[in-house]
Amino acid sequence: MQAKDIAELLNEPACEHNKKSKSGCAKPKPGATAGGCSFDGAQIALLPIADVAHIVHGPIACAGSSWDNRGTRSSGPTLYKIGMTTDLTEQDVVMGRSEKRLFHSIKQAIDSYQPAAVFVYNTCVPALVGDDVDAVCKDAAQRYGVPVVPVDCAGFYGTKNLGNRIAGDSMFKYVIGTRDPDPVPPDAQRPGITVHDVNLIGEYNIAGEFWRVLPLFDELGLRILCTLSGDARFHQVQAMHRAETSMVVCAKALLNVARKLESTHGVPFFEGSFYGVTDTSHAFREFARLIGDASLTERVEAMIAREEAKVDAALEPWRQRLKGKRVLLYTGGVKSWSIVSALQDLGMEVVATGTGKSTEEDKARIRELMGEKTKMITDGSPKALIGIVKEYQADILIAGGRNMYTALKARIPFLDINQEREFGYAGYTGMAELARQLALTIESPVWTSVRKPAPWATDSAPGVVMTATGG
Amino acid sequence: MAEIIKRNKALAVSPLKVSQPVGASLAFLGINRAIPMMHGSQGCTAFGKVFFVRHFREPIPLQTTAMDQTSTVLGADDNVIEGLRAIAEKNHPALIGLPTTGLSETQGADIHRLAKQFHVTHPEYADIPVVPVVTPDFSGCLESGYALAVKSMIDVLVPPSSNVGKRHKQVNVLAGSLLTPGDIEHVKELVEAFGLRPVVLPDIADSLDGHLTEAESSPLTTGGTPVSEIVTMGESVATLVIGRSLDPAADLLKERTRVPDTRFDTLMGLEAVDAFVHALTLISGQPVPEKLERQRAQLQDAMVDTHFMLGFARIAIAGDPDLLYGYARLVTDMGCEVTAAVAPSRAPVLDAVPAAQVKLGDLEDLELAAREHGVDLVISNSHAAETAQHLGVPLLRAGFPQYDLIGGYQKLWVGYRGTRQTLFDLANILVSNGHHEIPAYHSIYHTGEASHATPAPGHTH
Repeated sequence: MQAKDIAELLNEPACEHNKKSKSGCAKPKPGATAGGCSFDGAQIALLPIADVAHIVHGPIACAGSSWDNRGTRSSGPTLYKIGMTTDLTEQDVVMGRSEKRLFHSIKQAIDSYQPAAVFVYNTCVPALVGDDVDAVCKDAAQRYGVPVVPVDCAGFYGTKNLGNRIAGDSMFKYVIGTRDPDPVPPDAQRPGITVHDVNLIGEYNIAGEFWRVLPLFDELGLRILCTLSGDARFHQVQAMHRAETSMVVCAKALLNVARKLESTHGVPFFEGSFYGVTDTSHAFREFARLIGDASLTERVEAMIAREEAKVDAALEPWRQRLKGKRVLLYTGGVKSWSIVSALQDLGMEVVATGTGKSTEEDKARIRELMGEKTKMITDGSPKALIGIVKEYQADILIAGGRNMYTALKARIPFLDINQEREFGYAGYTGMAELARQLALTIESPVWTSVRKPAPWATDSAPGVVMTATGG
Repeated sequence: MAEIIKRNKALAVSPLKVSQPVGASLAFLGINRAIPMMHGSQGCTAFGKVFFVRHFREPIPLQTTAMDQTSTVLGADDNVIEGLRAIAEKNHPALIGLPTTGLSETQGADIHRLAKQFHVTHPEYADIPVVPVVTPDFSGCLESGYALAVKSMIDVLVPPSSNVGKRHKQVNVLAGSLLTPGDIEHVKELVEAFGLRPVVLPDIADSLDGHLTEAESSPLTTGGTPVSEIVTMGESVATLVIGRSLDPAADLLKERTRVPDTRFDTLMGLEAVDAFVHALTLISGQPVPEKLERQRAQLQDAMVDTHFMLGFARIAIAGDPDLLYGYARLVTDMGCEVTAAVAPSRAPVLDAVPAAQVKLGDLEDLELAAREHGVDLVISNSHAAETAQHLGVPLLRAGFPQYDLIGGYQKLWVGYRGTRQTLFDLANILVSNGHHEIPAYHSIYHTGEASHATPAPGHTH
């Protein structure tokens, strides 16, 4: 990938960050950086496409440490869970045999697993020695009659966020628009309901959480042409251009796909979230608004009234237990205010939130939701986070899995909301699960046990912040 | 705090209870060069023997007075004297345990008189102590039989003491039936870590730990507490009592010797182990060794790591009272809920079990209660495999018998280390059983997928 291509990807007109500088997100600082590379971001964005053979072209480091490490779930094929890599050797690199190995690898994947398509993720070493991955993919696709898609995402190109965009770009360049959707199955047609086709972009079906929401789409007559990329199939990605509208779920990373769908194929989009009652209802109303079918609007309002009443009753006992509990939210990439409204739905108080990746508009929204007193956190180091937990007397830290053991070592209750988590919180029913998990950790008797000094200790105070907590 | 629900049905289905003489025999099997002889029909012994052989995977020395029709009707006193004489003559053991059974108790045997009578009739065996214990099958359970045997051993072997603390490094440990050989081994290590020397009564860790010996066979136990040490228990500096069921035995030891004691209901869980370690540091005047502080910190870490999996988990537990209490405490301290608790018979410790109700009953009662109140995991013996299967949840094997688990007898549950491993085991079992997976939903509009299966490698159409 050339510098100008990267620059183009970093220029995302639909992204709020774009107004300040065209650098995408902040540049990594040597010696003070956490978070993944472009390969990581690209793989995360596409790996959930379940019937694809995902081949990582590079030495073992890239795939070896990351395969099968995702919380995403499939309702059908599980091919995406099988780790595949060219596992380049020194011989391959020195003798220039890596292209050949890649070609044979693609053949092997097709012969052994009959994938719907093969995705080839290019990584640092082959990018540096100059493998022509595009050409290999093209040649292999012709030879074997299976789509082979190059994803040029070497780690040194930039951050994880850039990798997400590269992934979206590859889908747009090679996959979207190559096939029309299947007709709606006759037995799924219901009288009085016009089926509308929609896309979800940036929804990953973590822990299967989207299955909490999907039945509502069916009920309303909204057919999801494709979810990019949770529980998706290759043929669904191919047909995304035929949707009437797209929803960008909780992430700016794949905004380029939504924007290009709009500009090239006239598919309008909106940004929304399925976390929390308020946001879930808002998302369905947005679909109805953009599609503009009066009967759909009617069904949406009826469904919202019913589901909100149901979840309200289900949450009542939890509200009693969680009311007034203080939360420190450090969410990284996810829109911090979308979880905030979910927590406020539960009567909890968010005393501080991470804004490292938020825009000025996001921050304004946060202030609007949480008041001026709210602490905005930019330093997400373990020491800083723990310090804020203590200072603001937070009852719980909500953050990504990377921060889990930071919290636990400091004897602080914790809830994981990132990709590796084991529980799904999306939609109306997800709120009850969220409430349950919050109560589970906040109310756990282990905190009292582990904070108490040993009976023979008189002067030690457990739970103090150590100076050398790792990152 | 638990409400105790008494047995309210005629038929016991999938029994949980193991009889008192079996428990008493287990206690005697923890004495070196000993053998228990049940006073009953030969079946009483044969079943008990098979029970222990399957659990420990060891040859088990166990004898019987072999009451037959004639002796049952006309009196079996001679069987006892003759049985004791035969064993004494053949093997010259260090101790003979003499538990009664349902048969001999119903018949009306006076086992205490018979034990004395033996030494009068056979003064040549005066050096072989005989420990009689009244353990009818129709009351109590394994745990109470074991406790009664421990009390009888103290009664017979420990003289009144005027030398408390003469052996200033020696600590008595009364080890309840809730401890496995693996547990007792660890308890000894803990005591020794403070420069103290434990005398464990009874020490099944030394006899039933599963070890090969020089001798190819032995009619007696090949390890256990030496009788010569039991005799000196009155000269120890302190007694540690593990298991509430041993309270009467501990009361007798204290009354007779004046050795001060500290009692522990369980050694599982951070607080319980803390209390034990604290007692050891007070007794020894030694600081807690670094190694133990580290193990404690490791347990704390395991607690916070596993609380996500264990929090709100619904646990059904069936076991003898001390075990039931120990597991219930351990899991509720981790945020679990004990939704079903069953013990085979009444004991004071049951009142303290952290559950709404404790049922005196069997594994059918456990299954019904678990079904009614919900369950994610069962903790009980091997018989409960079927119960757990009916309920569709996993089983963690604990207590007696464990005939379908290799090494179950040796598992370490107690101490910081044992507790930590138990928490890992519980968390792994719950996670691998996937009790929180969201079921896959297939959209009515979904098309283009003939098969959901991913082909195996090498598979071609």
